[in-house]
Amino acid sequence: MDKWECPCGYVYDPEEGDLDNGIEPGTAWEDLPESWVCPLCGAEQEYFEKVD
Amino acid sequence: MFRPVTIAEGIYSVGCRDWDIRDFHGYSTDEGTTYNAFLVQGEKNILIDTVKSGFGEEMMDNISRIMDPKKIDAVISNHTEMDHSGTIPLVMHKIGEDKPLYCSKMGAKNLKSHYKKDYNYQVVGSGETVTLGNRTFSFLETRMLHWPDSMFTYMPDEKILFSSDAFGQHYAGDKFFDDEIGEEIMPHARKYYANILLHFSPRVQALLADVAKMNLDIRMICPDHGIIWRKDPAKIISAYDQWSRQEPAKKALVIFDSMWESTAKMARTITSGIESEDVHVRLMNTRKWHRSDIMTEVLDAGALAVGSPTLNNGIFPVVADVMTYIKGLRPQNKIAAAFGSYGWSGEAVKILNKEFEEMKWDMVDDGVKVLYVPDASDLARCFDLGVTLAKTLKEKLSE
Repeated sequence: MDKWECPCGYVYDPEEGDLDNGIEPGTAWEDLPESWVCPLCGAEQEYFEKVD
Repeated sequence: MFRPVTIAEGIYSVGCRDWDIRDFHGYSTDEGTTYNAFLVQGEKNILIDTVKSGFGEEMMDNISRIMDPKKIDAVISNHTEMDHSGTIPLVMHKIGEDKPLYCSKMGAKNLKSHYKKDYNYQVVGSGETVTLGNRTFSFLETRMLHWPDSMFTYMPDEKILFSSDAFGQHYAGDKFFDDEIGEEIMPHARKYYANILLHFSPRVQALLADVAKMNLDIRMICPDHGIIWRKDPAKIISAYDQWSRQEPAKKALVIFDSMWESTAKMARTITSGIESEDVHVRLMNTRKWHRSDIMTEVLDAGALAVGSPTLNNGIFPVVADVMTYIKGLRPQNKIAAAFGSYGWSGEAVKILNKEFEEMKWDMVDDGVKVLYVPDASDLARCFDLGVTLAKTLKEKLSE
């Protein structure tokens, strides 16, 4: 599963999820709820870029 | 006392005071500010952070009183914002562009975006330690406190923490240390927190927990603005702990603007209602108070009444300015109510309620709208709104 990076440097890793914000480990980027924003800086998903 | 100021053996504050600045990117700096930079002398000479562009020569003069600036061997950049990195190009030009520039991963990226230069970036991460001559530096990334590049530099032997913008204050004066200035500095530190760091409060809590776990012995904290905490660094750490918890105080604000005194009358009556319940209250007209001073009061206010007349189907522009600013700083744990007078359509209260909702503030009701000019019964509703706000806050605090 792909990792996605926020312009602030935070990387969403599907293997880890984002438990602090209710995202279970194993949640693919595509399956994140629309309301999920960067837990570090608050940016919306459209600003993220896929990590090669 | 003038710069350079000795802060420890061979360690100097070589930054500059900006006595004149009154508007720091929209934050009112009534007593100016300082751009702190630190020189660590030893077998290698290290400069930690620089000053805002325009102050470079003054910083160089400060350094020259200690040593030839050309003898600086490396620069540590804790934060890319231009008030601290603005003179990096001047310094690098003077010392040689091949000299190492230590920064975080995001720091390297951001410095490049600012200055379009491929300096000799030496990327350091949390927990990394670098020994330069007889001095050791360790690093702690503090991402989004308050930029992606932000980091702390700690000198374990000297037990000095260079904390970048954290623990800073916009203040220019002839005092350089907490023990020289005393309590007078705290309102400046508080205003700085409310306006620069509040929205990252959960990160501040996490950082304080990390620092506690690391068991760092911190003898002195040197921020990039204002005075150095040398007598009691624990004081500002515990203040940050308290502010970042965002616990509401028994205090309310009535923030408003008015076109023909109608919303003003409502605001004053709501204020009386709050006072009648023995809750501390402050009435703040958005055209009389600077947004950053309102923000400082928002920090611990438990309840807010926000009033705006309806202008051209929207909220009054000055109220919109303040609300946009407050919203960006994401204050939590607030009880709120909207009010305002209107002529025909009256959208302002609805718009304010939506803002409250987006900020997850608890609204006591739908607010009070008054057509043109409030009469006695309208004002009675305003008084009751103040009472309800105050009572709701007291109930919340007693839980």
